[in-house]
Amino acid sequence: MLDEPQEQAEGSLTVYVISEHSSLLPQDMMSYIGPKRTAVVRGIMHREAFNIIGRRIVQVAQAMSLTEDVLAAALADHLPEDKWSAEKRRPLKSSLGYEITFSLLNPDPKSHDVHWDIEGAVRRYVQPFLNALSAAGNFSVDSQILYYAMLGVNPRFDSASSSYYLDMHNLPHVINPVESRLGSSAASLYPVLNFLLYVPELAHSPLYIQDKDGAPVATNAFHSPRWGGIMVYNVDSKTYNASVLPVRVKVDMVRVMEVFLAQLRLLFGIAQPQVPPKCLLSGPKSEGLMTWELDRLLWARSVENLATATTTLTSLAQLLGKISNIVIKDDVASEVYRAVAAVQKSAEELASGHLASAFVASQEAVTSSERAFFDPLLPVSLCGMDCLFFCPISQHSTLMH
Amino acid sequence: YCFAISLRFWCVDQAEQFFRSGHTNNWAVLVCTSRFWFNYRHVANTLSVYRSVKRLGIPDSHIVLMLADDMACNPRNPKPATVFSHKNMELNVYGDDVEVDYRSYEVTVENFLRVLTGRIPPSTPRSKRLLSDDRSNILIYMTGHGGNGFLKFQDSEEITNIELADAFEQMWQKRRYNELLFIIDTCQGASMYERFYSPNIMALASSQVGEDSLSHQPDPAIGVHLMDRYTFYVLEFLEEINPASQTNMNDLFQVCPKSLCVSTPGHRTDLFQRDPKNVLITDFFGSVRKVEITTETINLQQGSEIMESSYKEDQMDEELMEPLKYAEQLPVAQIIHQKPKLKDWHPPGGFILGLWALIIMVFFKTYGIKHMKFIF
Repeated sequence: MLDEPQEQAEGSLTVYVISEHSSLLPQDMMSYIGPKRTAVVRGIMHREAFNIIGRRIVQVAQAMSLTEDVLAAALADHLPEDKWSAEKRRPLKSSLGYEITFSLLNPDPKSHDVHWDIEGAVRRYVQPFLNALSAAGNFSVDSQILYYAMLGVNPRFDSASSSYYLDMHNLPHVINPVESRLGSSAASLYPVLNFLLYVPELAHSPLYIQDKDGAPVATNAFHSPRWGGIMVYNVDSKTYNASVLPVRVKVDMVRVMEVFLAQLRLLFGIAQPQVPPKCLLSGPKSEGLMTWELDRLLWARSVENLATATTTLTSLAQLLGKISNIVIKDDVASEVYRAVAAVQKSAEELASGHLASAFVASQEAVTSSERAFFDPLLPVSLCGMDCLFFCPISQHSTLMH
Repeated sequence: YCFAISLRFWCVDQAEQFFRSGHTNNWAVLVCTSRFWFNYRHVANTLSVYRSVKRLGIPDSHIVLMLADDMACNPRNPKPATVFSHKNMELNVYGDDVEVDYRSYEVTVENFLRVLTGRIPPSTPRSKRLLSDDRSNILIYMTGHGGNGFLKFQDSEEITNIELADAFEQMWQKRRYNELLFIIDTCQGASMYERFYSPNIMALASSQVGEDSLSHQPDPAIGVHLMDRYTFYVLEFLEEINPASQTNMNDLFQVCPKSLCVSTPGHRTDLFQRDPKNVLITDFFGSVRKVEITTETINLQQGSEIMESSYKEDQMDEELMEPLKYAEQLPVAQIIHQKPKLKDWHPPGGFILGLWALIIMVFFKTYGIKHMKFIF
């Protein structure tokens, strides 16, 4: 619609105010939110024009940036809140990097010879999405195919539609039997997100997932917070006609990636924004992510990182305060100084609106504070005077009372 | 009839609400603190819990198992490569796929506390770490020889209840757990949970202070006692549980009454936020995932842009559209004949001073006189 200006910095927003009767927007729409940090707001000729337009701009800006509930979700584990809310429980914690694993599960290779062009799909759909998110962390992607991997839950037969189904109550028990075979998380310490594509066996085809009302789910997929997602891919019944087993199945990667990327967005906590009234919201470009959604994520992550870093430093101070005289190695001390400096820098950058540098500083703050707190040379047990004789003293610290 | 059914569905929904806890993953730390052949039963205890926890869904990657592991291949074992938990050799808890993370001389107090607090050298492999987060429910099971306020580790060192409580507090400070269930099967086990002070911890012990926990049954062929009574009955209880069970913690508290156990099992729930009757056994012993149906997709087709429109009415705009009016002036006549206003009530002057003095006194009493130097 509009000619995009030069690439905007993270955390910035450009709002264009157009005349009241302009036809740039549909007549009844008051504002438009674009995919790349731009918005359009309709002006008005009225005594209170400044107030009204100002309010519309604020609503649009709030939709595209930080609001109270985004902050509350970021600080979820530091506030005494209700833990039952799915929105607050779902997102992954902030981390320096993430591992994403795509697995194809083929329990019945005798009937289905499944091929999936995962490399092409990752290159075309996943990599652009992850590049758009690259400011939030390092991503590594791998994939695998598992044969003879069953779901662990027997689906039930529905004679009305002559298909098999799994209802909502069975879904939680599907993941555990499969997880031990996934083999992920052996090498790196980053959190892992697993995306499984399950091609059901011939005996249980077609297989649908039912929601709590008993209706089949359109995406035929479900996800689990902080773990990943599973999608069931039914082989088209036409491929069985007049064919000898095993039938060759070529997976439609577009359909699969549409679901996986949607699940990835949810698992990352990229929530639907609060669209203000009479507002037109553009869909994301082909990457699947609007740039200001990345900004929201970075703000939430920066706040979360700062909260984590300050809690860690406070706990460390309390911990060391309990031991009256302790020898600490220089590394720990320098990490603490670095962490404090990074927290201050991040707070300053946030206050002046430099989101990218604020986020990087907040990540440094977390890394330094964690390195200081989890230093293996700090004493592990804190004994008071009364258990001095029973206290196994770590040989790297000196305890003097 | 219809009313009864609808009431039942409503009750099930309420029950669902209550049973839902805040965790998304489960971990288990199982520690056997003894070594030597005659402590066979402690290894069998730990392996039985390990087996139950795996059966109910917690994968090996989420279990930290610490054993001396000197039973199965001990030269005195008449049935090599096995560890039995029941006489007549009914149940081999060693199995084919046991994964011991800390074995033999690695089972020390320091390593145990490092696992809990996460203060581990960077070269430690992933299988030896407790990578829990603020949404993890952790089961910690310990067994061995204990006394009043301490637990022996491999006959060479002890861990005290204070150290354990401090380790849990460090875990809480770093939000390394959502909820913690601590089970201990030793003599005077209840003394080990006396000193806990961090929130969201529930503890069970096989015996009170001053009592011994007794072993269950000797096996004449193997020549040692195979299990301790408390864990034996807990295992029997767990065998009835499957991943979909709705059994709650109150049932676990009833396991092994004095008539069977001879000692008096104890439990502690004052630090735990939820009511034990709403806590499922599988919240700690199993690994039931929270799942959500995926209802959204992204449109990846080239060249299409999904537009979302919001037709919500904007009330505030409507209000401002009304013409401005001046407020009604107050008529002079009313002002002249107004009744005198009642004075606002203030507390007596000395009262506020006294209140502040009281607050300061309580503050210093709680936090200590040394903070005075910041005031004066």
